[in-house]
Amino acid sequence: MSDTTFTKDEFDAEAEISDYIALLKPRVMILVVFTALVGIIAAPVDVHPFTILVSIIFIALGGGASGALNMWYESDIDSLMRRTRNRPIPAGKIKSDEAKAFGFALAGISVFMLGLAANWFAAVFLLFTIFFYVAIYTIWLKRWTPQNIVIGGAAGAFPPMIGWAVATSGISLESVLMFSLIFLWTPPHFWALALFMRDDYENARVPMLTVTHGRRSTRNHIFFYTILLALFAFFTSFTALGGWVYLGTSILLNSIFVVMAFKIWMRGDRQAEGDNFRVERRFFRYSLIYLFLQFGSILVDNGLGTNFSWGFL
Amino acid sequence: MNFEVEHELHKRRMSKNIGLGVVLVTFVALIFGLTVVKVTDGNVSSAIAGAASNE
Repeated sequence: MSDTTFTKDEFDAEAEISDYIALLKPRVMILVVFTALVGIIAAPVDVHPFTILVSIIFIALGGGASGALNMWYESDIDSLMRRTRNRPIPAGKIKSDEAKAFGFALAGISVFMLGLAANWFAAVFLLFTIFFYVAIYTIWLKRWTPQNIVIGGAAGAFPPMIGWAVATSGISLESVLMFSLIFLWTPPHFWALALFMRDDYENARVPMLTVTHGRRSTRNHIFFYTILLALFAFFTSFTALGGWVYLGTSILLNSIFVVMAFKIWMRGDRQAEGDNFRVERRFFRYSLIYLFLQFGSILVDNGLGTNFSWGFL
Repeated sequence: MNFEVEHELHKRRMSKNIGLGVVLVTFVALIFGLTVVKVTDGNVSSAIAGAASNE
């Protein structure tokens, strides 16, 4: 085909570099990079700074590969939802097969390079995480059960464990605690999003809790899970992961989080519609800050040497 | 349909090519840096000093 047969639509639809970056879900990548970095630095083994840099880049790329494969598989439902209809595939910028090839290539490169840069345990862990996110969450759970976010949340919770594995070539209590923090944080974070996305998931026939059990039940679940998370995050202070900064941060962050979840629990949809889901949107935004500060406090304790050496666990 | 050299499509393709070039150069730099760190066992400066004293 010569250039002369191109139409104007084809010009407009040709992908830019920003479309390939969008395919990697850069906002999710920030979370992956930060929590994996905390995992590496919190580990009791010194790693050369350049090895840390390379490992983090390829863990992030592995996360990006998951995002691209997720967008490839979900392009049908992405086009039905307001939040996702401008993603590169539904927008016609990148072909579905191209995204699939891009995702698989990045997955292979990231796993192989992490194995060379750090160790093969961490590399296999990254491969398992990509598999979990794409096969278990995206392909299997998401369209099958309202527990999709609860179980599938594990994929987003693995990065600090991978980071820990980069340093130690293994798993330990501390890395499992970091995993659990993100694992418990994920459901209320996404259920708040589902509340203010209104009927998006219903239109796309995704069995989110709001669709299968109703919005009242989703509010109950958010409150219950936030209390569970707050208790867990607080008691983590008294483990090997805890420290003075973590303890203080945990008390402050979790108190605010529970109060915000309580407000979501107390109100109904009529009230929420009235103010365009202001409380739910604030809860969602705060949950992001919450996770960064809670993990950041682990870093600060490590830097200042204010860890509790008397941790009960 | 005739294209002008400065057609918007060319600019877009140029940015994509430059982006890919930057990615490849970065990849080479990472491999090189990683090799140096692995070969010198993370102690680059003393490895260089050791090599100089052996000459």
